[in-house]
Amino acid sequence: MAKLIDRQQLLSNDPWHFADDEQAVTEYAIVPLKRWLEQRDDLLALAQQGKLGVHFNSDETADQLGEDAALMARISIDFPKFSDGRGYSTARLLRQSFGYQGELQASGDVLIDQLFYMLRCGFDRFALRDDQDIDDALAAFSTFSVSYQSDVNDPRPLFRRRS
Amino acid sequence: MYVYDQYDQQLLNERVAQFRGQMARYLDGKIPEEEFLPLRLQNGIYVQRYAPMLRVAIPYGLFNAKQMRTLASIARDYDKGYAHFSTRQNVQFNWPALEQCPDILERLASVQMHAVQTSGNCIRNTTTDEFAGVTADELVDPRPYCEIIRQWSTFHPEFAYLPRKFKIAVNAVPGVDRAAVKVHDIGINIVRNEQGELGYRILVGGGLGRTPIIGSEIRSFLPEEDLLTYLDAIIRIYNQFGRRDNKYKARIKILVKALGVERMQELVEAEWQRIKDGEDKLTQAELDRVKSHFTTPNYQTLESNPASLQQAQAQDAAFARWVQRNVRPHKQAGYAIVNLSLKQKGNAPGDVTAEQMDAIADLAEEFSLGEIRSTHQQNLVLADVEQQRLYELWQQAKSNGLATPTLGLLTDMICCPGGDFCALANAKSIPVAEAIQVRFDDLDYLHDLGEIDLNISGCMNACGHHHVGNIGVLGVDKKGEEFYQISLGGNGGDDASLGKILGPSFARDAMPDVIAKILDCYVAQRIDGETFLETYRRAGHTVFKEAVYGKAD
Repeated sequence: MAKLIDRQQLLSNDPWHFADDEQAVTEYAIVPLKRWLEQRDDLLALAQQGKLGVHFNSDETADQLGEDAALMARISIDFPKFSDGRGYSTARLLRQSFGYQGELQASGDVLIDQLFYMLRCGFDRFALRDDQDIDDALAAFSTFSVSYQSDVNDPRPLFRRRS
Repeated sequence: MYVYDQYDQQLLNERVAQFRGQMARYLDGKIPEEEFLPLRLQNGIYVQRYAPMLRVAIPYGLFNAKQMRTLASIARDYDKGYAHFSTRQNVQFNWPALEQCPDILERLASVQMHAVQTSGNCIRNTTTDEFAGVTADELVDPRPYCEIIRQWSTFHPEFAYLPRKFKIAVNAVPGVDRAAVKVHDIGINIVRNEQGELGYRILVGGGLGRTPIIGSEIRSFLPEEDLLTYLDAIIRIYNQFGRRDNKYKARIKILVKALGVERMQELVEAEWQRIKDGEDKLTQAELDRVKSHFTTPNYQTLESNPASLQQAQAQDAAFARWVQRNVRPHKQAGYAIVNLSLKQKGNAPGDVTAEQMDAIADLAEEFSLGEIRSTHQQNLVLADVEQQRLYELWQQAKSNGLATPTLGLLTDMICCPGGDFCALANAKSIPVAEAIQVRFDDLDYLHDLGEIDLNISGCMNACGHHHVGNIGVLGVDKKGEEFYQISLGGNGGDDASLGKILGPSFARDAMPDVIAKILDCYVAQRIDGETFLETYRRAGHTVFKEAVYGKAD
């Protein structure tokens, strides 16, 4: 079982659950992006109540959801292997090009040493792989106190912040 | 040169602390080998054939005497007393203990050096012309742009896990290219448009390795302020669509080839339009701030080609030869650019001892404003030397084994570490370089042959850039035995070309004879002072093939 954290704490009683192509969609279901695209009309009501999420496979791109991102309360992005970096771009594009404001969760092979980069790309929920140490993970969010680039949390690169 | 401010230093200190923690977790068994791999690679640490190798970044090749002395101290305290300068302007230690790497990184950080992103599937050290800022023919000094790219690429949150390594090079000299921009993932030529505005011509998808490709133009002119947003757009497209199923097909060159450069251009342009006027657009203030670190020094008013220099050349033929070969014109009257050769006979190309490193630091302080550059050709440069002091400098460089007068000649070869050190290599490369240096040690003959790039790689990953050698040598493995394949006609310069394979490969001990046959063919064929490359291009491949293998029946 993955351990769900945000940058402050371990979260429990998360109402969200995955519903793959066969499972019934109930409140707080996270459905595959493909299912959303195919059954949009059926799922729209639940989404409008803020009770639907979608899950991106690593080879799916943010523009496939596009402006519909605004309908989602949670989006989960899969990291099938920690070294597969596509999800970083997906997250950033959802946040910065499609204005996604809801919860953004990293799922799959989520390791301590990726957390800081994920945070900067707009993730705020991390389904940490179950063998990872929670204390080490929470500490990883404050590894660096300064960054050169813009990111989702601060759109100004350092050169616009330097005093 | 660029001097760190509090932010730069803080970031680096935090990086060292981060890696110390990661190393401790690894040694505690909390991080398995496979997951530690990218962490150590992004801190410059390979595990090689016999020992770890630590690759230290020298951003765009520029460093100073204090940093060189620190490198020397690391060579002494943590290694076997020497270091190796690579073609990408970095410096490598071949024998550090893995557990000591955090301490080495801490020592580097104390002099504003690091090993950040010198390996791994991320944006690597940006390279440029080793004569940047002192050569008269450049449009502008490219180093501020390299520094801007360095900062942007350091810990870029989105691009730390790219499909493969990613290399950027910058050139600012029209018609000349010492940075080999056409064989980089992104090649940046700084140009002026018809309105006289400064900007960039951007090439994409060049590279060597097992699929060598010359980069394609993706944008003929990009305005100066748009550098980072455009780079973001290219790499974002690559990160999303580059192949991840096969590491040999994962470089951006394969994506560009698969999509076609026009489609790649459309995708990049569409992405760029969304972000081009955002906060990442460079400001004039930032351009000015970074440029202010690379201002022209307070040069003295000096006479060009002073009588003392002419006299020394007339009296000392060896000095005259060194000046002719290893000294280049400087933009400032009375100054010269000096190339210190790391190609002594009996030494692996690019290797220097700790004693030599200290001596070079002394020379830099005494003769060249305390700065040093490392070069794509695996040599070092002292860029601001008074012509009237060249003789004095030469004597000191010579006594330290740094004045071999062969810059650009056959024995100034590029050579990867090969099977002596590298775990990837199919064959040794250093003994081939050495055999060629021993065979062709007649300076008169070498000078008569003129400029020839001889590049040697121990495997098809092409760290020795054999594809762009006028003569390229590639080590291949045949049933457990080492053989060497020759290619001719490669060139990494402004009119870049890839070498063409000459024919079946040769055993190592045949290599000097084979090279001799190629050179004899060139000497017999050349007309009107042609270089080797010019003769090859005119006379054609077959002539050389027949010279080496005999006429086909």
